[in-house]
Amino acid sequence: MKFLAALTRIRHMLRKEFIQTLRDPRTRFLLIGPPLIQMLVFGYAATLDVKNVTLAVLDLDNTQESRELVGHFSGSRYFHLQKYVERREDLREGIDRGGFLVALEIDSGFARRLRNGQGATVQVLVDCANSNTGLVALGYLNQIGAQFARDYQLDLAQRVAPQIAFSMPRVDLETRPWFNEGLESRWYFVPAVIGNVTMIMVMMLTAFAVVREREIGTLEQIMVTPIRRWEFIVGKTVPFFLIGCFDAGIIALVGTLWFEVPFRGELGVLALGLVVFIFAALGIGLLLSTISSTQQQAMITSMFFIMPMITLSGFATPIPSMPPFFQKLTFINPMRYIMVVLRSVYLKGVGLDILWPQIAALAAFAVVLLGFSVLRFHKSLE
Amino acid sequence: MNLRRVLAMARKEVIQIRRDPRSLMVIFAMPIFQLFIFGYGVNLDIKHIPLCVYDRDGTQTSQDLLKQFQATEYFDITQVVESYRDLVRNIDHGTCRVAVVVPPRFTEHLNSDGKASAQALLDASDSNTANIGMGYALGIALAYAARVQVDWQQRQGLPPSVPVVTFQSRTWFNEDLESMANIVPGVVALVMAVVGAFLTSLTIAREWERGTMEQLISTPVSKLEIEIGKLVPYFFIGITDTALCAWAAVRWFDVPFRGSWTVMFGCSVLFLIVVLSLGYLISVVAKSQLAASQAALLTTFLPAFLLSGFIFPIDQMPTVVQWITRVLPARYYVAILRNVFLKGTPVRLMTGDVTALALIAAISITLATRAFQKRLG
Repeated sequence: MKFLAALTRIRHMLRKEFIQTLRDPRTRFLLIGPPLIQMLVFGYAATLDVKNVTLAVLDLDNTQESRELVGHFSGSRYFHLQKYVERREDLREGIDRGGFLVALEIDSGFARRLRNGQGATVQVLVDCANSNTGLVALGYLNQIGAQFARDYQLDLAQRVAPQIAFSMPRVDLETRPWFNEGLESRWYFVPAVIGNVTMIMVMMLTAFAVVREREIGTLEQIMVTPIRRWEFIVGKTVPFFLIGCFDAGIIALVGTLWFEVPFRGELGVLALGLVVFIFAALGIGLLLSTISSTQQQAMITSMFFIMPMITLSGFATPIPSMPPFFQKLTFINPMRYIMVVLRSVYLKGVGLDILWPQIAALAAFAVVLLGFSVLRFHKSLE
Repeated sequence: MNLRRVLAMARKEVIQIRRDPRSLMVIFAMPIFQLFIFGYGVNLDIKHIPLCVYDRDGTQTSQDLLKQFQATEYFDITQVVESYRDLVRNIDHGTCRVAVVVPPRFTEHLNSDGKASAQALLDASDSNTANIGMGYALGIALAYAARVQVDWQQRQGLPPSVPVVTFQSRTWFNEDLESMANIVPGVVALVMAVVGAFLTSLTIAREWERGTMEQLISTPVSKLEIEIGKLVPYFFIGITDTALCAWAAVRWFDVPFRGSWTVMFGCSVLFLIVVLSLGYLISVVAKSQLAASQAALLTTFLPAFLLSGFIFPIDQMPTVVQWITRVLPARYYVAILRNVFLKGTPVRLMTGDVTALALIAAISITLATRAFQKRLG
């Protein structure tokens, strides 16, 4: 009997929440608009591709060899030959202006030194103000240089000793990128964005909803009704749980249909992972609401946490490259686990047999965070 | 406009801010905390990629090749597997990101046909690591190949060749390729967006939500006085935060500063004007704190985070998105900051960016001033 009464009260509370959230068209838009926009912006902007790096060449040698070297660069898909310049100052100024990222300076005597077997040096300037692009460009540079060297030596051997050149040993490395043959940056980021957006939405909506009642004083009114505290918490969180699931579903659809990221795993595993993750996000939102008395406070505090959570989740930079201390820190970040689940389900198509540790970790977070925030919430209502 | 009323308005706002010391503390701790996390946690230099090796040849030569991978800091051999199934399992689990397989009879092929190839299998679900890892792996293999060639040439009595081309690369502006130096401009812009737009948008939306706006409207204070009085305290918070961020970056994190402080602060003032007016505009339109915070998130935080070229290079985005970034102030601000911190570019080369920023500031402050009506409903 008591339980039935509780259920009725929760139902009323839920009804109030739904009316409140869905009443205003502006709030209704808030449930769908921002997550969709975030998904699109993240999806389009988040790319670490480094293709068509702009290149400028100062060729003071102007021989067949030097042109061949430049040809190796412009022929690759990595570099885009922007222009030839005539003077050294133009190189400096172009990099200052940001006209191009890499400048090649071939000194006169390049071909002569090659023919003499002395080996030639080429000056390269790389604009590393954006260090990822610079780093990748440097990698390409060495690759192209090594290819040029190999071709040149093969050429030489054929000219000097054609009878044995064919038996010159050649070691190749075939590279096979699995799961993402075209090395599409978008395939890597879009699944992860589902986690980012879901976390931001669920955490902020939950925190705001509770703090708002406190701020405008309606929390006290609710507390004088016969509703119990745990019933209030259930009534408050269930709508946001449902909204979170709805939002996660929509953005996952956008990721799959609009951005055409392949979905290779099982829908059930994805759903399970996201549901557990949404519980954890609810817990964080509720926790924030217990330590904030105004919405402004809730906002600032949630921004304070969201940025490091995204940074230390492996979203944009791989965790193994982080310093050891930060690697340890990532273990207490629920975002870390959902990133693995999302990317693995989408691209690798692996199932629960491999992902259970991640999902178990998320479940542990959900239990601890929700439990702790409910306890704190009880206190903050007293 | 009456200066006394503006000051009274500003004073009210300052009292309100001071009543919430925790938020204030968060605001001032945020830049340093973010610098710490981004500066040390974000490492775009990808090293120590976990590598799995599968040697099906099992000879001196194949071991020699694999040793080349071990010798670099780019790869850490974490697994040595004996079967293909183990290899797949390791990649599925993510315990290794790259696997190098030496096929059976690798040495035999090399000695008889002069041609042999090994395989590098990359977990490209992380496309960036795969791309950089592929570059490293190819570089290692090519260096090994060159050594094999030189050995062979010596055995054949051909003239010993020296490395044909060496690149003497000089990396400009960020010589140690430290991500830290690269991240600071972005962190400044992010923190300013949060402080400027979030705080201001909520402060007016709160007045509407709580009904104190009606009280304010019934006083003789004019709409321009409200705007200035509301924004001035946050302007000072924002400028202090920028100075704090720049100071911590240069003093604690050893980021170079090569440009002029005047340019840096002048442009920061412009950017702050943009975010403050945007925040003001949002709050006038949104009227609820939840809506205002979401709008501020979408119009200032996301662009500063994603579309400013701070982490993700703009020139790699789709063309349409590149156009969109042109109307976003964060893009120009981050570019200017990067110039003054790392490049020390003379102002004459940045006139385009500065003009764009000033233009956006003028437009947004006009819009904000017009939007607010001293009227109910």
